[in-house]
Amino acid sequence: MKVTVLGATRGMGRALARRMAERGDWLFLLEHVPDELECSARDLEIRGAARPVKTAVCDLLKPETFGPALDAAEKELDGLETVVVTAALFGTQEQLEADSDLAARLLVANYTNTVLFCEEVRRRLLRRGGGTLCVFSSVAGDRGRKPVILYGSSKAGLSHYLEGLDHKFRAAGLKTVCVKPGFVKTGMTAGLKPPPFAGQPDDVARRVLRAIDRGTPQIYVPPMWRLVMCVIRKLPRFVMRRINF
Amino acid sequence: MPPQPYATKLAGWGRFPVVDGLAVKSEDLPAATAPAALSRGLGRSYGDSSLPADKNDVIVDTTLADRILAFDPDCAVLRAEAGLSLSALNRALLRKGYFTPVSPGTQFVTLGGMVASDVHGKNHHVDGCFGRYVRRLKLRVADGRIVECSDEHEQELFRATIGGMGLTGHILEVEFTMRKIPSPWIFGESERIANLDAMVAALKEAAAEWPMTVGWLDCLARGENLGRGILMKGRWAEADEAPRKPPPAKRRFRVPVPFPNLALCRPNMKAFNLLYYWKHVRRVRRGIEHPASFFYPLDMLDDWNLIYGSRGFTQYQCVLPHAADNGPARRFLELFISGGGMAFLCVIKDCGAEGDGMLSFPRPGISIAMDFPIHPRKTQPFVDRLNELVIAEGGRIYLTKDTFTRAEHFRAMEPRLETFNAVRRKWDPQGRLRSAQSVRLLGDSV
Ligand SMILES: Cc1cc2nc3c(=O)[nH]c(=O)nc-3n(C[C@H](O)[C@H](O)[C@H](O)COP(=O)(O)OP(=O)(O)OC[C@H]3O[C@@H](n4cnc5c(N)ncnc54)[C@H](O)[C@@H]3O)c2cc1C
Ligand SMILES: NC(=O)c1ccc[n+]([C@@H]2O[C@H](COP(=O)([O-])OP(=O)(O)OC[C@H]3O[C@@H](n4cnc5c(N)ncnc54)[C@H](OP(=O)(O)O)[C@@H]3O)[C@@H](O)[C@H]2O)c1
Repeated sequence: MKVTVLGATRGMGRALARRMAERGDWLFLLEHVPDELECSARDLEIRGAARPVKTAVCDLLKPETFGPALDAAEKELDGLETVVVTAALFGTQEQLEADSDLAARLLVANYTNTVLFCEEVRRRLLRRGGGTLCVFSSVAGDRGRKPVILYGSSKAGLSHYLEGLDHKFRAAGLKTVCVKPGFVKTGMTAGLKPPPFAGQPDDVARRVLRAIDRGTPQIYVPPMWRLVMCVIRKLPRFVMRRINF
Repeated sequence: MPPQPYATKLAGWGRFPVVDGLAVKSEDLPAATAPAALSRGLGRSYGDSSLPADKNDVIVDTTLADRILAFDPDCAVLRAEAGLSLSALNRALLRKGYFTPVSPGTQFVTLGGMVASDVHGKNHHVDGCFGRYVRRLKLRVADGRIVECSDEHEQELFRATIGGMGLTGHILEVEFTMRKIPSPWIFGESERIANLDAMVAALKEAAAEWPMTVGWLDCLARGENLGRGILMKGRWAEADEAPRKPPPAKRRFRVPVPFPNLALCRPNMKAFNLLYYWKHVRRVRRGIEHPASFFYPLDMLDDWNLIYGSRGFTQYQCVLPHAADNGPARRFLELFISGGGMAFLCVIKDCGAEGDGMLSFPRPGISIAMDFPIHPRKTQPFVDRLNELVIAEGGRIYLTKDTFTRAEHFRAMEPRLETFNAVRRKWDPQGRLRSAQSVRLLGDSV
């Protein structure tokens, strides 16, 4: 499989890229810090990537970098096949309420720019007859909840967009995989109190890889979160106003 | 945004003591270590080595910094971030014919922890400690600088860091030489042994022939059975005697909740030790073994430390000088048993030469390690008595296992301490780096 990953330097993206390298996939990495890209590329090569892992700078906060970065990936891999997006910004609701610059950056990066990036990928994949686009959204986008109002709203928009893509373009060969992680123990969530069913990045990676192989349109990881969100979506407003979940 | 410290409770593998501190966890070790007093890896040290001295001390959790940065398959030199675990390293390179030159009894340790404790393994009698294979370290020292040290550059700092329990700086990267192995399987042999003299003799005899040896002792057996147990020996299997396939991943089980404190009462322990001894029905067994069951038998059970209940447990490990009549080891076991000590894990190993690490634990002699549950009143005086015996016999204890030793006892066993302290004073005159253990044993102030 030929895979381009935006966000493979950390967290679940790192774990997923490693699983891909271990089974000999051909990888191309996109990220915004050149040194980080190089270290991660070497790590993946040593762990088994099929060929040298090449990289290009791509900054989620600078949409003008998307085209050239994807050009580089396309050229190196001789055509895109699977594109994964795990990169995103995070802030707690308190941080985002207090810092409107941070909030603005997060909303733009997680929604507008991620969608613009996906649009670039969509055009390129459709041009060559299809492929897979796997994007990490979040359970935070499933319902307006007190601890994740702003972050969750950016993910809600993203999930919506991905669902629409799937409806419209699956027949044309574009498979969209929307990943909805619940709480996963990465640097992003360090310091937050983990709920009992918190996941580990490597376990998430294993499940996501299977979903990519099968073209599953939507997946909750850890799987327990499908149930949790099913309940949360049905709770009446007066309950949601009371609880802090 | 730099990673933010957060308040949390921390404990070592023995789950005692449990202390408050500030943790910081990030892939970016250079950023995370900037404000910190200590780094910790997977928390497999038993006592307070990896714990904060004060609730406002920042402790770095290194486990997300786990990239392999370079690997040369020809000379087997590997460079990686300090949070890389041995289990991840095995997953990446065992199949390809490379293994760590020295492995402790669990693969859930980080490279940083292996350097800081200068760990030893079943091959200590021939291969020494992990530090022998470390070529270079990248360290954040107390004043904030990042220093590369090795035997050629800042040698003193390098040797103080090997076995230095994190007190000389935060290890960011480790470069060391891996071992090339003929196959990823082990050829092992194990043997039932009747008593201590026979055990020491068997270890000595096996040392000449086998690169890896270790003994398990039934430490409830007394009198003429004192020191009986099972001796395990192994070597890497040659390609033509090993199975073609790489060893499959082992199934793991999890201990869900802490056991009641009485689960490890004397009758249960006795039953366990008896069973373990007599399950080895045939006196000698040999054959091909899975490397995980040879090196890491305990790793099969996740969170096995919960078996010891809510009070937690400790491990006492010391090394005692050789003696023709095995007097030191015998007196130690007798004191342990007569003092009411009971353990269901007791390991004996002959150590080879002392390494270059300034405070590194092993020295020529017999090392004995035993796990036991903590008793709120009895454990401290018990460890005191064991330590007094160890001092009298000229031995010493292993810091990474220790929770109860007193500063004056440690000073009495460690003539090397002054040299180590001098290096620390030079690199950290303000005493910024410290742990709960360094306050307890080395006189650091809080
Ligand atoms: C079941 C079991 C079997 C074991 N068998 C053996 C054995 O056979 N031989 C042996 O030698 N040991 C053995 N040990 C002990 C273990 O190998 C050591 O305690 C090791 O240091 C644990 O590594 P860690 O990553 O968990 O470190 P931690 O426990 O987190 O930390 C241990 C020490 O290393 C320091 N440290 C960790 N990372 C860094 C860093 N990046 N920079 C600076 N300092 C750092 C900490 O400050 C602390 O002082 C065993 C432990 C267990 C639980
Ligand atoms: N962890 C959870 O519990 C959880 C829950 C729900 C959803 N999610 C979602 O799952 C995805 C992965 O989460 P994670 O926890 O693995 O996150 P993470 O560890 O923080 O990793 C995020 C990745 O995004 C990159 N990134 C950040 N800003 C970027 C930018 N401007 N341009 C390019 N790359 C950038 C990061 O690189 P740098 O660090 O170098 O900036 C990093 O590689 C995210 O979309 C997240 O929203 C996570």
